[in-house]
Amino acid sequence: MSTDTPEAGVDETADAPSRAELAARVDELEDALAETTADDDGKKMSIIATKGTLDMAYPPLILASTAAAFGYDVTVFHTFWGLDILHEERSKDLKLSSVGNPNMPVPNAVAALPGMDRVTTRMMEKKIEDNDTATIEELLETSLDMGVEFQACQMTIDLMGYDEEDFYDGVTTGVGAATALQDMADADIQLLV
Amino acid sequence: MSAEFDIAETLDVKGESCPMPVVKTKGAIDGLAAGDILEVLATDSGSMSDIDGWASGTDGVELVEQEERGDVYKHYVRKME
Repeated sequence: MSTDTPEAGVDETADAPSRAELAARVDELEDALAETTADDDGKKMSIIATKGTLDMAYPPLILASTAAAFGYDVTVFHTFWGLDILHEERSKDLKLSSVGNPNMPVPNAVAALPGMDRVTTRMMEKKIEDNDTATIEELLETSLDMGVEFQACQMTIDLMGYDEEDFYDGVTTGVGAATALQDMADADIQLLV
Repeated sequence: MSAEFDIAETLDVKGESCPMPVVKTKGAIDGLAAGDILEVLATDSGSMSDIDGWASGTDGVELVEQEERGDVYKHYVRKME
């Protein structure tokens, strides 16, 4: 309830802090503000990459390199099939799944035949080449050059039977969910791909 | 039209598609001095919106001008202090 009665006014004046107390409080708030603004200088983005198909490898890498161009501090945490994007050999052989993808020019019954994933992957790779779209390897190298931190989840490295040496130079290993969670908590943008 | 200001460097990203025009523009701007203007030549039609968005969301750069000349999109970005 707000009152403008003279009594209330008198009470407030009696409780009012002194000028020195107010000045000290202003200093305190200014310090806190400066600290918060300093933290905000570094914009951060955290992406969790869980997919390892050719089409799903693109979004995290395109967003990571673009955010780095905006001056963001970017971390991409790769887990499960997302590890293949960082895997030096497997990243060059990512495939498109033709089954269960209604956008494919072949019906599911045909798409399920052996070797069909290879055919649809070739088609996609041809389109990528014809359109001068960057390859996964180019995007990864570019992002690494721009300072994007790529992390390979240790639990899934062990689960998939990969070796730490299998990944591109510059990839961080020996990290887990707590690292990813901390990154997400600190980030301005968090994405799960 | 583009002769109204001095161009310190020209970046040719013709034929390249998203995200490369923005990514390479950022790389080229980093190598310039404050006040320099970078000319970017692109064929990606998305670069008009993307470089505009990048310039407004990035500290230390200013989009001076953009123009469409035939199939080529020209962008002029100034590096600030």
